[in-house]
This record gives sequence, C-alpha cells and structure tokens, in this order.
Amino acid sequence: MKKIAIAAALALGLTGMAQAETVRVGMAPEPYPPFASVDASGNWTGWEIEIMEAVCKASELECVITPIAWDGLIPALTAGQIDAIMNSMSINEERQKVIDFSNKYYNTPSVIVAAKDAGITPDAEGLSGKILGVQVSTIHQAYVEKHFGSTVAEVKAYQTQDEANQDLVAGRIDAIQADSTALDAFLASAEGQACCASMGAVANDPAVLGLGVGVGLRKGDDKLKEAFNTGIEAIRADGTYDAITAKYFASSIYGE
Amino acid sequence: MMRVMLQPHRIVMLMIALALVVWIVLAGNWSWLPKYAPMIGQGIWRTVWLLVLSLVIGFALAVPLGLAQASGPWYLARPAQAFCTVIRGTPLLLQIWLLYFGLGALFPSIPWIRESDLWPLLRQAWPYALVALSLSFAGYEGEVMRGAFASVPRGQLEAARAMGMPRRKILSRISFPLALRSVLPTLGGETVLQLKATPLVATITVVEIYAVTSRVRQDTLIIYEPLFLLAAVYLVLAGIIVALFRWFEGRQPRRQP
Repeated sequence: MKKIAIAAALALGLTGMAQAETVRVGMAPEPYPPFASVDASGNWTGWEIEIMEAVCKASELECVITPIAWDGLIPALTAGQIDAIMNSMSINEERQKVIDFSNKYYNTPSVIVAAKDAGITPDAEGLSGKILGVQVSTIHQAYVEKHFGSTVAEVKAYQTQDEANQDLVAGRIDAIQADSTALDAFLASAEGQACCASMGAVANDPAVLGLGVGVGLRKGDDKLKEAFNTGIEAIRADGTYDAITAKYFASSIYGE
Repeated sequence: MMRVMLQPHRIVMLMIALALVVWIVLAGNWSWLPKYAPMIGQGIWRTVWLLVLSLVIGFALAVPLGLAQASGPWYLARPAQAFCTVIRGTPLLLQIWLLYFGLGALFPSIPWIRESDLWPLLRQAWPYALVALSLSFAGYEGEVMRGAFASVPRGQLEAARAMGMPRRKILSRISFPLALRSVLPTLGGETVLQLKATPLVATITVVEIYAVTSRVRQDTLIIYEPLFLLAAVYLVLAGIIVALFRWFEGRQPRRQP
C-alpha cells in the first residue's frame, strides 16, 4: 500500500500535478472591509477570505494569498504570477475578453452615498452638475461614465475606495458610487456617520454592473474553473456560505 | 566625431536599438490611440504646465532660501536651512499626500471654508499638486543656490563694495549672475528630475500624462503599449529640457582661463 502511495506521489510529482494543487490567489492589500483587509498583525481577514478558505477546502485546493495591487491583478493573472483572483472582481464583458470567471459567489447592488443634506437621488437628474467619485477600473466607474457621464460636472477616479471616501468627507466631491456592502462599512464608521448617508441604489444595468462577482481565472484554465465552481456549489449547499455571511452581513448577499 | 560613432560594433548596436523601436511600433497593439488621443494631449499639456509653473515658483523661492543660508542673519538662515532639510529629507509622495488628504481631513471641522471664495480652488486637486511640487523644487534648489552664492569669489564682492555699489546692485549685477552661471548644469539635471517627479501627483486625482496612460491600461487591459508611449513622452520632454539648458549654457560668456 505504502509503495503504491509513493509511486503515485512520484508520478504526480513528475507530471507536475503536485504543483498544480497550490493555487496562488491574488488579493489587493488595499483594505476593502468587510470583504478583505489586512489587520494590524498582518493577517488577512474578512468575508471573502473565509469564503475563499471554505471553497478551497471543499474542492481540495491548497490556496495561498498573493498580495498584488488592484490594478495589477489582471496583468499578474495573464502573466502567470497568480492563478486566480478572488478580490470582489465583478464579471463583465470587458474583463471576459481577457480572462475567464467562475460562477458568481456574490452580487450586491451599486449605491450612491452623499452628504446627509445633499438631497441627491441616484439617477442622472439627481446627480446633474455634481462631482462624483469612483474607484478606478471598477464597474461603478463604467456605470457612472455610461449613465451619468453627460450630466455630472466631473467624474473623479481614485486608486482606492478609501481615498474617494476621504474626499467625500472633505467635501471635495459631492457623491461616491460603489458597492452597497463596501459603503455600508464606511457609513458605519465614525467619519461616515458624521457626514454621509446612502441615497439609494442605482438602476440595474447588467451589461455594465455585470453578473456578480466571480473568481477570475486565466483563459483555458478549465480544470481550476471547474474546481472553484464545485467548491462554491458545495458551500452553498451545505450551509457554510450562509453561516459565514451571517457573521458579516445583515442579509444574504448572493443575489437572486 | 562621426568616425567614432560609426565603428562596426556601434553600428550593430544602433541597428539593434532601431530594430527594437520598429518592432515595438509594428508589433504593438495601437488601436486605442485615436480614441484616447485628446486625453493624451490634455495629459501632456497638464504635465508640462505643472512642471513649468512649479519650476518658476520653486526657483523664485530657492533664490531667497539660498541667499538666506549663504549670507543671511541667523534668524533667516536657520529657518531656511530647516525648510530645506525637511523637504529634502522626506519623500515627495508623503508631502503630496499630507498636503492633499491632511488638509482635506481638516475641512469638516471648519464648515465656513466651503462657503469661502477660496473653496472652488481648495476643492480641486491641482493646487495641492502645484504647491507640493513647487515646495519640493524650492527645497532642493535652495540648497544648490546656497552653495552657489557661497562660491561667488570674495574678491569680486569686495571690489564691488569698494566701488561703492549698493547691496541690491551687488546682488543683481555680481552675485546672482555668477551664482546662476555656476549652477546652470546642475539646474538642467534637477529639472529633468522634477519632470520625473510629476507622475506622483496622479495619486491625488490630477489627470496628467501618467494618469492618462494608467487609465488606458485599465480601460483596455493592454499592458505594454501605453507604457512604451509614456516612456517616449518623458524621453522627448527630457530631451527638450536638456537641449534648452544646453542652448542657455552656450549663451553664457566663457570664463577666462
């Protein structure tokens, strides 16, 4: 029995299978609570980290987090420095031209947040003449440019959501648009509570807002895609997904 | 000169370099260029005026900073020295962020600032970028000018004083021209360095050429071509700066041996 196991291990090693089991998952070190952030002692915490660990466990992958800046994630994936992206990256057509995605693992609405007394509505009329801040190369930026681009005074693109939030607090911009859960965390902070409130979700546009968030994968890496899909399905079915979600959110964020 | 340039190994190297450039141009994906051309033009323009204005303001500050350190009384020399030390001893990125986000964090506690006439200016990002770049240049050049003023030959100043020249005229006729002439080569190099410091302001939402190419990369997910274009833009700008300074140096009277 032992001999067979050793022989099998050798065979696996020779064909490179042993290496393939380690999956390098790219994550941006910029804090994006409650999904993923690095705490004071350097540990990754958040909903997405726990989901990643659960999915990898369910599909027997050995996942290692590789920190890479947000705008470098797709280049790193295509260049082979990482094998997967699990960083709240929404599935959309533009990205699908370059990379593949697993099935979605969550889908939350995109909302507008502004100063409490701003009297802004989350549509083109309500935002006309305002300065809007978004994180660069997100679906929210694409949405803003498509639907509000002609009516707003200016769209400012920030490297991180934190910087957009800070400029909203400072009053340099009138509103920000981002994912509801990400902005809930900002609104719950002392700074956010003092200045701002949610003005509601923008009208859905699947062509831009996409089909939810999936694991980004290299084109043609179908085996890994299959593994992530079965993993996501498994934790959805056995209740692990809902148990983790309940720790971070008031309601389900899987979407319909 | 020509003969030195045209040795066989040099020709081979030149051909390789030329082939690389041609290959980048021909093999690259440049389909995005027409769509982004206006943005690229705007970005270059923004980089250029940020550079020029920060050079002018920075140098205007550097002259008194250098003079104060070289020959001023202690109560002017010490603060000038402290300013240059702080600016030269901390990263420019830190200075830009402290100015932009640091001041921004104070705004909520001073509500009237949003009603003031300055608000349209304070609200934008470029004034912070210009101030930070100018202060940085002033810090470095203040130190250079200190050395330059200190190196003006004592004999020249004594002669001027003996002729009964007033202090102002000594400065404008003797010390400043001599100091400027001695720092011109250094100034050219520092100007190129200042050009290459400008992309840092992209981090506070000023959309100059670096920010434009980042935008192209993020929109199209094309990685290298925008970077090559960016490199070419900076190379050309640096070339223009070097040529301008060379021309200016050439116009200076030669020092007698």
